[in-house]
Amino acid sequence: MSGHSSFQTNNPVLKWIEYRLPIFGFINDSLVVYPTPKNLNYWWNMGSLAGMMLVLQIITGIVLAMHYTPHADMAFASTEHIMRDVNYGWLLRYMHANGGSMFFIVVYIHIFRGMYYGSYKEPRELLWWLGIIIFILMMATAFMGYVLPWGQMSFWGATVITNLFSAVPLVGEEIVAWLWGGFAVDQPTLNRFYSLHYLLPFVIFAVVFVHLWALHVHKSNNPLGIDIKGPQDTIPFHPYYTVKDLYGMGIFGIIFALLLFFAPNLLGEPDNYIPANPLVTPTHIVPEWYFLPFYAILRAIPDKLFGVIAMFASIFILFALPWLDTSKVRSARFRPVYKMLFWAFFLNCFVLGYLGAKPPEGIFIVIGRLSTALYFLFFLVLPFIGWFERPRKLPESIATAVLESSGDDGGGGGAPDAAAAKAEDRG
Amino acid sequence: MYKFAKVLAFTAVTALFASPLYHASPALAAGSAEPIMKVDWSHSGPFGTFDRASLQRGLQVYREVCSGCHGLRFIAFRNLLEIGLTEKEAKTIAAEYTVMGGPNDEGEMYERPGKLFDYMPSPFDNEKAARASNNGAFPPDLSLIAKARIGGENYLYSLLLGYEEEPPEGVTLAEGMAYNRYFPGHQIAMGPPIDDEAVEYADGTAPTKEQIARDVSAFLMWTAEPAMEARKRMGVKVVLFLIVLTLVLYGVKRKVWADLH
Repeated sequence: MSGHSSFQTNNPVLKWIEYRLPIFGFINDSLVVYPTPKNLNYWWNMGSLAGMMLVLQIITGIVLAMHYTPHADMAFASTEHIMRDVNYGWLLRYMHANGGSMFFIVVYIHIFRGMYYGSYKEPRELLWWLGIIIFILMMATAFMGYVLPWGQMSFWGATVITNLFSAVPLVGEEIVAWLWGGFAVDQPTLNRFYSLHYLLPFVIFAVVFVHLWALHVHKSNNPLGIDIKGPQDTIPFHPYYTVKDLYGMGIFGIIFALLLFFAPNLLGEPDNYIPANPLVTPTHIVPEWYFLPFYAILRAIPDKLFGVIAMFASIFILFALPWLDTSKVRSARFRPVYKMLFWAFFLNCFVLGYLGAKPPEGIFIVIGRLSTALYFLFFLVLPFIGWFERPRKLPESIATAVLESSGDDGGGGGAPDAAAAKAEDRG
Repeated sequence: MYKFAKVLAFTAVTALFASPLYHASPALAAGSAEPIMKVDWSHSGPFGTFDRASLQRGLQVYREVCSGCHGLRFIAFRNLLEIGLTEKEAKTIAAEYTVMGGPNDEGEMYERPGKLFDYMPSPFDNEKAARASNNGAFPPDLSLIAKARIGGENYLYSLLLGYEEEPPEGVTLAEGMAYNRYFPGHQIAMGPPIDDEAVEYADGTAPTKEQIARDVSAFLMWTAEPAMEARKRMGVKVVLFLIVLTLVLYGVKRKVWADLH
């Protein structure tokens, strides 16, 4: 992170500081001159967008916390107080609630991008691990945040999910009581969820920092999935990627604003506008949309314990991905079989998400089991693909690939997305 | 331009990701019930605003019909200024209610007329009292009802007009229940609350039951989302600003990247 920096200045104040704390050098090295592959496409915008969303969630969350009361009798009313009486409270709350959804959209695209271009492979395994840890922390944070308004879905979602731990043999009930701080989801549960919901984003922030640290060691992967071979392959982060990221934030901002201002309850559950009532169970208890694929996996297994194991396994198996994938080639662009497999996996995740929102009955059960099997099948067949798949020929370097594609259109051949990459690189 | 198209496609994909794919459709609101009726509200759409006259009529319907059983606990009398009542009118309405004040200097609670800062008193002290007076059913507070039901204000409108005097053949209603085409399970504890001429509108609007249902549904949309107009107004400005900003950033991006190749 430190070491010799390219930062030079004649300003005596900056010099004085830099000598004692090389912060300007650090910023210069990691955000200004930082060498970045010159061929990154727009899927590489998701990282900075995720960072922006984390900061936005923290800021809106801190202000919301100033007006919110974590008490079972007052939480619902204090949320409505924010919506009605706090200046721009409706804006803060809708921004925070929909911001959570947008954060997940961005992170899911980020993860799929990493899978498509093989960004998890050597030497970026720890970078990938840190990303999964962030993802898991995000899920925990979002889950507990959804409980805070203390609506029906808050209460029953919390009840269902915490009850999963009762499947643990022998000590299940004790664990659940320990999580609840009592014998049901109640005031102690709400209070601790509030505390943890405030804490975890800062833990995420710290892990993001380490994630970036690991990223900056071997630099970004790229759509070709080949290593940076020299300065001709890279461009400085600033101004090229700062401006590209800002442009991406503009596009993202428009989508976010459309959701936030014109359909702020689109992704929410109407039931959560009913105050929590331990005596009335909603007909369908559904989690927030970003948990639905995992919820579908949970419900696909008829046995409670194995359902819970399958659900956790579906997330934790991502840790093994760098070793399950035996191919030396990173990018799916050059891996015809893996590419098909990836898209099947991608679509299957949507099917699972759809099923998660449906009641577990009739045909949905059958499809749910099939989809769950397919989900894990992807990870099972992955090692074998690497052995028999004949990858297409890799370009010599990023620079030559970029040069070739920025010539005239004579190139020909190539898969559609290689052609798309060419068009993209033309800028 | 090809690139721009690609970005647009990317945008579309992102939007799809967030699409209501996972959202139960309003048609499912009533389980096996028929799809709800859709009303052309003045407040729908990105530029929609509430029809103040309709909201005021809706307030009258609430006060004369609904408030016997349903509370409106998140609405204070001061909020009524937002639907176009003058301060005097709102004060008059407030004063028609009795609220508990105190304690006074002797430590006694006392009854006093409502003031602007008071909230609408609920008809029952608690859920048990409400159930005791309603054949075991609990009339929900209506402040947020339009957001707490799939289909929103369209569902409320449909529900109010969805009563059948006789249940269809083969359906037996439980004691004290009514049949409603749009209610999940069709058996509803609330009897048909409105009919033609259920209220007499001061502004001369003909009080057909459709009109009454429409006014009170619009009113309840306002009570559920009083900041809707402010939200949409701001939204239009923000989106326009972001479009201009994004176009500028796109230009800057092209300019910066132009020297690369």
